[in-house]
Amino acid sequence: MNKILFFAHLRDAVGVEFLTLDAGGKTVAEFKDELVAKYDLPRMETVMTAINEEFAGNDEIIGEGDEIAFIPPVSGG
Amino acid sequence: MKMYEISKEPIEIQAVIDKVVQREAGAITTFIGTVRELTHGKKTLFLIYEAYEAMAVKKLEQIGAEIEERWAGSQVAITHRVGRLDITDIAVVIAVSTPHRADAYEANRYAIERIKEIVPIWKKEHWEDGESWMGNQLETVAYPSGKPEEGDLNE
Repeated sequence: MNKILFFAHLRDAVGVEFLTLDAGGKTVAEFKDELVAKYDLPRMETVMTAINEEFAGNDEIIGEGDEIAFIPPVSGG
Repeated sequence: MKMYEISKEPIEIQAVIDKVVQREAGAITTFIGTVRELTHGKKTLFLIYEAYEAMAVKKLEQIGAEIEERWAGSQVAITHRVGRLDITDIAVVIAVSTPHRADAYEANRYAIERIKEIVPIWKKEHWEDGESWMGNQLETVAYPSGKPEEGDLNE
């Protein structure tokens, strides 16, 4: 299983800070598409993905137990 | 000593500066980012900053490593606040020490620009007539969960 973290407007959309889902073996792009279909996530085309606290490309394959985070455009500073 | 921190408490400026004091330094620059009330006439009441803390610390460390590689002899410390911030509160403090002053200014500027690119921290603006997560580092895209209209936000 994988812990899936949401931040900023995505957290508001999903309604929770994280979900526990099975994402192992899927690519980032496949998993993103799956979530969009299920949770109606807005503006996912602008959202970056992190695997285990490091930015990951759309082709990267998610491993069993990896922590996934969706990173909307950042606005710190 | 933790050089890169996400803080739920008010940032003590001097404590950040003290971390980069070194005998080899001829200059220390300090950047203090504060909460602005007016953005193009639109009045902000307060902000909420949220971070993916573990990754944010890693990305601040990465920025520090980039600076230390690019500007020889530099030392960097950064603390970013999270939670509710009122107007004039301090959101971020960046201290950079280097042997010579030009490098200290340049490297500090580099740090704040990189924070706005790669560090997973988000701010939610609260106005009199609504609230919104700010969408990108240039503050040109808003993600309205209420008002105002996007045209009001362009910076």
